[in-house]
Order: sequence, then C-alpha cells, then structure tokens
Amino acid sequence: MANAKQPILKNTPSPKTASKKPMDFDRLYAALLLIPSIILVGIFVYGFIGQTMYTSLTNWGQDPAQTLALNPQLKYIGFQNYGDLFTGLLDSRFRQDLVSTLFFTVFFIAGSLGMGLILAVMLDQNPKGESFFRTLFLFPMSLSFIVTGTIWRWLLQPGGGFNQLGNSALNTLFGTDKQYFGFQWLNTRQQVWQFNWQDVPFYTALVVGLVFFYLAYQAWQNRNTNRMIVAAISGLVLLVWGIIWGRNAEWLYPIPEDHGFNLAFIGIIIAAVWQMAGYTMALYLAGIRGIPEDLREAARVDGCTEIQIYQKIILPLLTPITLSAVIILGHISLKIFDLVFAMAGADNATTDVPALLMYLTSFRSNQFAKGAAISMVLLVLVAAVIVPYLYTSLRKERR
Amino acid sequence: MTKAAPASAAHGSTHKTLIPMPIVYTVLGITALFFLVPMYMVLITAFKDPSQINLATAWVPPTTPNWQGFAEAMRLFLPKFQNSLVLTISATLLSALLGSLNGYILSKWQFWGSGILFALMLFGMFIPYQSTLIPIFQTLKSVGLYGSIWGLVLVHVIYGIPITTLIFKNYYSEVPDELMEAAKIDGAGFFQAYTNIILPISIPGFVVVIIWQFTQVWNEFLFAVTLTNPDSQPITVALAQLAGGEAVKWNLPMAGSLLAALPTLLVYIFLGKYFIRGLLAGSVKG
Repeated sequence: MANAKQPILKNTPSPKTASKKPMDFDRLYAALLLIPSIILVGIFVYGFIGQTMYTSLTNWGQDPAQTLALNPQLKYIGFQNYGDLFTGLLDSRFRQDLVSTLFFTVFFIAGSLGMGLILAVMLDQNPKGESFFRTLFLFPMSLSFIVTGTIWRWLLQPGGGFNQLGNSALNTLFGTDKQYFGFQWLNTRQQVWQFNWQDVPFYTALVVGLVFFYLAYQAWQNRNTNRMIVAAISGLVLLVWGIIWGRNAEWLYPIPEDHGFNLAFIGIIIAAVWQMAGYTMALYLAGIRGIPEDLREAARVDGCTEIQIYQKIILPLLTPITLSAVIILGHISLKIFDLVFAMAGADNATTDVPALLMYLTSFRSNQFAKGAAISMVLLVLVAAVIVPYLYTSLRKERR
Repeated sequence: MTKAAPASAAHGSTHKTLIPMPIVYTVLGITALFFLVPMYMVLITAFKDPSQINLATAWVPPTTPNWQGFAEAMRLFLPKFQNSLVLTISATLLSALLGSLNGYILSKWQFWGSGILFALMLFGMFIPYQSTLIPIFQTLKSVGLYGSIWGLVLVHVIYGIPITTLIFKNYYSEVPDELMEAAKIDGAGFFQAYTNIILPISIPGFVVVIIWQFTQVWNEFLFAVTLTNPDSQPITVALAQLAGGEAVKWNLPMAGSLLAALPTLLVYIFLGKYFIRGLLAGSVKG
C-alpha cells in the first residue's frame, strides 16, 4: 500500500487471472457495457483533439463575417497559424508566455519539492501534533485554484494583505508610523534574466548538445567506443552550429526580441506552492514511512550516522517519488490557468501563460484557429511530459 | 498509503532523531504560519467593514464582527452555490457509477487489448482541456446544451471516466479472483456477480471516488467559464468575476471565498483519509 513509487497505477493484477473461457454472454455484456465509455472518451479526447488540430490549420476567426456563423466556411491555410505564433510580429505575447511558463514551472516545482521534502523529513522525526501539521499542510489541496487565487490576490495587493501585515506589525512593535513594505507583487512589470528570442536555437543546441555529451560519457563508462564517438561528434557539431548560426538568428526572427522572467510571477508561484506543497509532503512522507525500519536499523548497525542514513538510503530511495512528483507538478503548471486568472486577472499581459492566452484568443477575440494552434502547442508540451510517464508506469504494471 | 499512520507508531523507541527537536518545531512552526496566516487574514477581512480594511491594522481582528459582507455574499452567491451543488452532485454520482462499472469490467473481465484501451483512456485525464475546448463548445452549441448546467454535467462525466475507472480498477483488483470464480461456479453471471459481490464491498471505493470527483467538479473553472451563461454559472466563475472587478471591497470576495471553499473544506475535514487516498491514487488537480 505504501508503495508510492508509482502513485498512478498500482495494485493491478497480472492479466493471467482473467478468465480464459470461450466467448459467452457475460463477456458480451462486459464488452457492450464498456462501449459507451470508450466511444465517449474516443470522441471527446481523441476525436476532439483531431478536430482542434484541423481547426488550427484553418483561417477560422480571420474573417469576422464567418467567425460566429453556425457553420463557418473554413479555409485550409496549412501551418500559417503556428508560423505566426512563433515568428509573427503580432504574437510576441505568446512567446513571452512560453518563457513565463518555463520559469513558472521551474520555480513552482523546485519550491513544492523542496518544501514538501523538508516538511516530510521534519514530520518523520515524530514531533508532537504530527497529524495536526499534516492536516494543516494538506488543506489548501481541497480548495479550488480560484479560491486560492482570490485569497492571495488580496494578500499580495500592493496596498493590502502582506504589505499591510508587515507594516502594521513593525509599526506596532516599534511605535512608528512608517511604510516599511511596499512590494508591488502582481503589479510589477519588472523582468529579470532577459534573453533574446533570437537565441532560442542556440540554447536548444546547447541543451541537446549537453545531452549528447552525457550520452558519450555514459558510453565511455560502458567502454562502448563507437557510440561514444558518434555521440561526442553529434554534440560537438550541434554546439558549433549553435554558436555560429544559432545566436541572434535573424533567419528565425527579424528583429531582436527580449523575453525574461516577470517578477510578478513570484506572487503566483508563492500561492501555487502554498497550494501544492502539502501534496509533495504527503508523497514524500508515505515514501519515507514505506522504507522498512530494518533497513535503517541495519545501516545503524553498520555504523551509519542518522545523516548518512538519509544521504545513502532514504534520499536515493525517494528518487522515483521525486520523478513522479516532478511529472505531476510539471503537468499542472503547464496547464495552469485558473490561478493566474484569479490572481492577476485575465488581461494582465505581464502575468500570462499559454493556457490563459488560448482562452482569451478563442473565446474573447474569437480567433478560434489561432487559439486552437496555441492549445496544440500546449498539448504537445503536456504530452511530452505525460506519455513517457504513462508508458513506463503501464510497462511496470504489466510485469 | 494507509500504512503511514501505523508506521509512525512502529518507529517507536529505537528511532533516533536526526534533527534536534527545537529545530523541527521551529521549522514546522514557521511553515504552519505560512499556511495559517492567509486563512486568518481571510477570516478577519471577511468580518470587517469595508471602511476598516484599508487602515494600517490589516492583521487586527475587527472589534465587532460585521456580517454585512456575508449577507451580501450570500445574496450574490446563493444562486451560483445552488448551480454548483446541482452540477457537482449529478456529475459526481453519474461518473462514480460509470467508473464502478468500467473498473469492474477492466479488472475482472479483461479481454485482449483491454490494457492498451485503459492506457488510452488514462491519457484523457492528463490532456490540457484547452485542446478539446473549441469542439466541445461547438458540439454543445449544436445540441442545444451550451449555456446550461447540463452541458457542464455531460462534460464532467465524460472527462471523469478516466480517473473514476482508474480508482475503481485499482480497488477491485484487490478483490480476490477466487471469489469471482466461486461465484461463476455457483452460476452467477456478469450482473449477479456485480450486484451480489462487487457492489456490496464497493462502499469505500465509492467514498474515495465521490470525494475526489466532488472536489474536482466543485473546484473546476475552465469548462465552467467557457460553457455557461450567467444563469447557470457555478460559484467559481462568479467568485473570479467578483474579485476581478475594479475597486473591490475586499470583505466581499473574502466572504465569497469562504462560501466557495466551504463544501470541499468540510469534505476534507470530515473525510480527509479518503481524500488523501484519492490524491495519492495519482490524481491530478487542475
């Protein structure tokens, strides 16, 4: 039960137990009763994804007369919408959103994992009131992102909540009447870590090149010379290409375009961590508690200190949990929409993410084709995270 | 995951502590503040008079509780609250029933390809709903369900199939197959085995699924904001619109937040064990 290593799929029997009788009426009923669900999921998931994909290749929304018609006349225009999103002059907001999502995902995952792990280790020390703390850390999970967002919107108002809390606490303490805190939080427009959108090929080549070098290193360790040479050369070629043609790539985009991390996102990340840290805490705690006490005992007999036990036994055994938590949290953060909507409002361009932009583009501006294209980009990002995860989980299950 | 509680007792006296207890309590205390302060601020702000809120005493509780914010929130939100209730209850019950049936079939009546089918089904749990939203919008419009609560129910039931099937499949796989074999030998067919064996022991499974779906549907926003009209709005949409307005009197959204959070919070407080079980069953929020 405490096998939280693969929280998605567990306790599933091997298929051999299924009855191997020839076709009878019971099996027919079983198949018939499953069909409606299969058809519904088939249409609403796969059929509709296909339809959205087709929509993204049309001009739906460009001709105002056709936009809200019941049966709009759509024209196939190929990948023009995607081209516009990634290079068109008008769609720089989408590219900023992609950058924002990247930063949001990184900090949100790091924050939730770090906080969850610290809390789990603390609770593993068996403090008094453990169940109280567990209940407290988990309760935001039961709230909706809209409620969380509304609460934190108030707390992070420049003239509200946290700033006032800090000011009034310090003023009461020191008997002063000063404005100690005046954070702009969600209202700030400041950006840090800017990079030129034209450098994207360079960074892509850098990352992929490093992956190749890592593969080469692994091949070297396994004494696989051929593979090592191929991987090393591929990495080198990519890096050289990236440095020569990937920087300030005018073939990608004509003018320099800076994107960075909007500091306004810090507030949203705090709220998101507040909501999700309890989840990672629960995962990690279940994982730590699932490690047999014998294992710790044996390590102690062998002369490990408590810190070494964490270093050498517990943390390595938690790696699968970390991996699945990263996937679940990454998937949440790519899709996040309601929290941003509730905290910063829909129309605030400084705190915007693709999931929100898709809603605005499709249902406020009626640019359905472009909205569909954004949603397909989003789907590809999510699928890149989820499909390998589902695949490995199901394979593990089959064994 | 149910092991977590007994395991803590099993640690017992031999369990040495890694971290000095004062540090443990300090860290837990500070974190507890991080989790509690927002709730405290919500409560006291909700009970304040709007004129009191901008004073430099934001963290001081009101001298006399002002119920006006709640009265106003009730007046504004009660119809939306009712919409949410109708939506959530009907969608939850329907998807729990469907999930139970699917889980029964997929764990006890496996057939060739059912594993792949199940995997394909699961993917539906993870897709960003933006990628199907435009066709949903069109379809509901063409069948006349757009703007009503029932279109939303339909969508929630369908997208609830993967997770409810998953939870029930895992739950039923713990039912020994010998029990099914015995029932078959006694002449029980597909339906008899379901109603006489599976359903009576399904209650904990239903509790987990119902709690999970209840929280999910109650808290959902994207479908709600795109597929309803003002009359059929659930409470999340109404709250988002209220808090998004200009010159907000913050006691009102705070009272509204409490109202919108109340049902799921109560579920969590009274049935937390099952809530966490659903959570750890790999379910995803959002």
